[in-house]
Amino acid sequence: MTAPLPISLDVNGERIDAHVLPRLNLADFLREHLHLTGTHVGCEHGVCGACTIRVNGEIVRACLMLAVQADGSAVETIEGLSDSGEITDLQAAFRDRNALQCGYCTPGMLIAAQDLLKQNPEPSRDRIREHLSGNYCRCTGYQAIVDAVEATVRSRTGRAA
Amino acid sequence: MKASAFTYARPTSVADALGLLAAHGDNAKVLSGGQSLVPAMNLRLISPDLIVDIGGLAELRGIIVTGDVIRIGALTRHVDVLNSPEIAAYAPLLTEAVAHVAHPAIRNRGTIGGSLSHADPAAELPACMLALDATIVARGRNCERRIVAADFFRGIFQTALSADELLVAVELPRAQERSTYFFHEFTRRHGDYALAGLAAQALVEDGIFVDLRPALFAVGDCPVLAKAANTLVGVPITPKRLSEALAALAEELDPHTDQQATAAMRGHFAGLLLRRCVSALLGRPELSSNGRAA
Amino acid sequence: MTVMPVKTEALSLLDRPNSYIGKTVPRPNLDRLMQGRGLYVSDLELSRMAHVVFLRSPHAHARIAAIDVAAAKRMPGVIAVVTGKELASVITPWVGVLSHLKGLKSAPQHAIAIDRACWQGEAVAAVVATNRALAEDATEAVQVEYEELEAITDMRTALDLQTPVIHTSLGDNLAFERVLDAGHVDQGFASSDEVVEAEFVFGRHTGVTLEPRAVVADWNAAEARLTIYQGTQAPHMVQNIAALHLGLQESQVRVVCKDVGGSFGIKVHIYADEMATYALSKLLRRPIKFVADRVESFNTDIHARDHLCKGRIGVKRDGTITAFEIDDLTGIGPYSMYPRTSAIEANQVVNLVGGPYVTKNYRARARVVFQNKNVTCQYRAVGHPIACSVTEGLVDLAAARIGMDPVDIRRRNLIADDAYPCGSPSGLKFEKLSHHASLNKLLGMMNYDALRAEQAELRSKNIHRGIGIASVIEVTNPSAAFYGVGGAKISSQDGVAVRLDAQGAVICHTSITEQGQGSESMTAQIVASMLGVSMERVRVVLGDTDNTPYGGGTWASRGAGIGGEAALQAAKVLRKNILDVAAAILQATAAELDIADNVVVNATDGAPRIKLSELAGIVYFRPDTLPPGIQPELIATRHYVPRQYPFAFTNGVQASWLEVDTDTGFIRLLKHWVVEDCGTIINPQLVDEQIRGGVVQGLGAALFEKCIYDERGQLTNANMADYLVPMSGEMPDIDVGHVVSPTLESELGAKGAGEAGTAGAAAAVANAVNDALRPFRAIITEIPLTPQVILTALGRI
Repeated sequence: MTAPLPISLDVNGERIDAHVLPRLNLADFLREHLHLTGTHVGCEHGVCGACTIRVNGEIVRACLMLAVQADGSAVETIEGLSDSGEITDLQAAFRDRNALQCGYCTPGMLIAAQDLLKQNPEPSRDRIREHLSGNYCRCTGYQAIVDAVEATVRSRTGRAA
Repeated sequence: MKASAFTYARPTSVADALGLLAAHGDNAKVLSGGQSLVPAMNLRLISPDLIVDIGGLAELRGIIVTGDVIRIGALTRHVDVLNSPEIAAYAPLLTEAVAHVAHPAIRNRGTIGGSLSHADPAAELPACMLALDATIVARGRNCERRIVAADFFRGIFQTALSADELLVAVELPRAQERSTYFFHEFTRRHGDYALAGLAAQALVEDGIFVDLRPALFAVGDCPVLAKAANTLVGVPITPKRLSEALAALAEELDPHTDQQATAAMRGHFAGLLLRRCVSALLGRPELSSNGRAA
Repeated sequence: MTVMPVKTEALSLLDRPNSYIGKTVPRPNLDRLMQGRGLYVSDLELSRMAHVVFLRSPHAHARIAAIDVAAAKRMPGVIAVVTGKELASVITPWVGVLSHLKGLKSAPQHAIAIDRACWQGEAVAAVVATNRALAEDATEAVQVEYEELEAITDMRTALDLQTPVIHTSLGDNLAFERVLDAGHVDQGFASSDEVVEAEFVFGRHTGVTLEPRAVVADWNAAEARLTIYQGTQAPHMVQNIAALHLGLQESQVRVVCKDVGGSFGIKVHIYADEMATYALSKLLRRPIKFVADRVESFNTDIHARDHLCKGRIGVKRDGTITAFEIDDLTGIGPYSMYPRTSAIEANQVVNLVGGPYVTKNYRARARVVFQNKNVTCQYRAVGHPIACSVTEGLVDLAAARIGMDPVDIRRRNLIADDAYPCGSPSGLKFEKLSHHASLNKLLGMMNYDALRAEQAELRSKNIHRGIGIASVIEVTNPSAAFYGVGGAKISSQDGVAVRLDAQGAVICHTSITEQGQGSESMTAQIVASMLGVSMERVRVVLGDTDNTPYGGGTWASRGAGIGGEAALQAAKVLRKNILDVAAAILQATAAELDIADNVVVNATDGAPRIKLSELAGIVYFRPDTLPPGIQPELIATRHYVPRQYPFAFTNGVQASWLEVDTDTGFIRLLKHWVVEDCGTIINPQLVDEQIRGGVVQGLGAALFEKCIYDERGQLTNANMADYLVPMSGEMPDIDVGHVVSPTLESELGAKGAGEAGTAGAAAAVANAVNDALRPFRAIITEIPLTPQVILTALGRI
């Protein structure tokens, strides 16, 4: 048996101190210990993208990080990005374009899309598809998601539709 | 699936890490980026007793150019390689190749040390090391070894590293001024492991290959620096010579059949890749097809 | 969108000034999902909740000789380890048959296998622990002694005399056989100028819902009530079946569905491990949570579409199709699924082949055989993809054989738009379809002639592009003819209760369910339109058997057509009740009044008379001010079931434009078009998005998806790296257009739209690939169309 280890990290701007077993992955830590259930688990082998979050400003698969590895890090989940207002316009575009149906892929998709727009404010449609190519959606067929990201690009850069 | 229980250590020095590996041998696994290790643990394909997290070893980070050598620390993440001006300037093949590794979220965590130690036959970076004539620096408790890439990759998930050694860095010669490169892989979807791929470094002068190092991946147990390409160095390339080299390549390779592709298909792709590589590097589009019409 | 409204009385209520019908409005309550604040079953936590992990057979077929749970029981965190035998005292087995599928037979299936495991992945024991990780640890300590048996894994030899029978009590491995002989098929072939044959091969698929199956079962022993939290599409069905097999009254079972992370039919079935979870909760008297992990999902979520279908088509030189014939074989699992059966898919294939076309000569045989592989059942577009791929593939082959353009042969043979009502040789009844109008619209949208010219030009440069067309008919709005007549307790009717609250807002309770298609929004749009209130004032409650009328749920593309009609009728009654009260208050007649923008107004000039909020206040708090003899009723419930047509058929047509790299075998999907006629469209954006999502599932089938079993019955690609699902990088943009032929059976006139995209997409792609490769004389009738398949057909490897 292994004993729980202390970790201290920042989650959505809140300082969290916890004791976790080494084998607990970051997705499960967020969901079960912090009850931040917006980070979804879809495959646990890093392929589907449903668990995408930000660690120290960069997107990662929460299922492929151990909670102990997040010690000392700044973690942002969909709840935090929503409350801070950082992706309000992206979310509005998703709503208007119905770029989500069941909503399960949506937190990861929004975080991945925002990641793209932070690095590349005017991506082409192909570039959008490429950046999101690691996020699985079974409901939308992706076109509405790409449209919504494009609409956000236009509104952020002030270009007309 | 949840990983089996394990003990976790986060050494604060390379010496400490090596001490742990020496003590635990095959019961321990090194955790670098975790992008290959953690899925395997989550799926309970492996159940190590001890995880040695080397993420805190600052000395394993960083890209340094000294003279003609680029030294890339083992903990350098794929995204760091992708964004590195030094790599772009002196080893652009790597910049191109690393963009094909999985997806952004994976590249933000996965490391070059991890990728090379893991030695997935379908991975991009091991083949790049062959093409770039890289040297892997491995450290054990008592000594440091320098292993040329050609000797490093031994088989499926097998390298020359022993259980108590840590890959600490990889060193590449700075690309010569007029050198060129080629990279292509066949994947069913963006970011997938390749069905077959080729990473090549070359030097071309007046339409003649002075040097040509094409490394194929996903065509066998480990990446292959195609010996068949040797016949293309120092001579004018005619369609006949190229066909002969391709025939020699087919002899040289022993591709595997798996769910993704048969041996025959891999062999077909390997030939296509070498053909396209030569055609692209020489700027001679007419060489890229073998002239077969519908 | 081109709307060709049928001008009848039925539409007048829908053309109201503030109508939301036909409007794209954003779905309400999306913020919750976009902020990560949804409530999926996997998010749910209850007091004393424990987690179950199932030990699953590693063998496709094995006798369970002994199970030793002693070591497992001692492991940390373990609450119980339960075998099939122990659980059998709590929950009874079931048999997946329906009486109207004559001859369908299946063996009893237990929640946890007792004597024998019949597919790799079948549960043989349950470990309940305080968390999933500890349960998994303990599962490894359960010792099972298996005696491996021969695994039956080749459907082609399942019925051979020397092949062992999986269930000896059944006599053979034939679950179901259906034969159909309509018209004069032999004469038809005899009179044709060409007969073309092909064998169509389909890969086994699975749904890969992003949220895996998940259940929380909560047996409250003090209340003797079981609450099941589950993302099911049919909560009343689950209620009925859970009660039946646990020895409870239906009133003792409540089924609650909150947010569901994708279903597509996967979550409409009854699964052994979920039944086991209900039973475990009752046995252990505490909430039990089961969340399948991805590997489990691949091994145990229903599979579908594993068919080998031989097809024949007869055609005259002038393009007249003279006959269709098929011989279809499908390999299911070792049990027919419960309660919807694993024979429906094959039955649909027989029903649907040839459906869009005029020929009356059609012969079919379909056989469904048991296999030692995962169970199969209805998955989005059930049987339609097979029928459409075979039909449209044969039509294209016939066209190619006589040198006719694929559009021309369809023009000659599609049922005329004015030929309705009519029927198909298989007995389908068509109220009104629009094959020709849809085809014409499609050709305009895609600029067919320009694409043909582009194809020719690029061909001369050795670039090979292809166009593929596929006509589709789709079953929607099913009546009791689908399941009820066969004895299944699956309701084909739905109900909606609508009420005005004390502030003049509206609450609807509907028996249909939501998995992301927009059931909530669609209901609100209809009710708001009928009542004349703004949508923000309408709240929809669904997915709770304690709090909704009794109904079928959302499946088989019935939510809008059936649930929508119930909403319309209920809202109509409430509107009348409101106007009756208003008339009494205002001393007018109801006929002089209307409701618009939350206000009762004059019907003639729209002048406001009394706000709904005020009216509600009077009714609820000041009934003393109302005239005598009036008892307001500000709530109304109506149910609806289609009676005239067993199914409301829709039609559509799809086209694929793609490029085949003949060196590598890779296919690039350049564009896809759909024209769909689903009757009245309530929310155009939601309908189009259903179509797009459905198309991409079909594109996944065409190019990527296949459950790969080896000859020992091992599923070898049970993970998301090896089972390839379509991702954004490879999918095309999809243009959607509409023709509108409302059904006259309901006032709303809506048919279903949820599955048509999936029905025709693979057929269009396959036809496009063969079109692209015509210069090479390569004909491929197999999906998925992998580079391997393409290169082999071209003789490159």
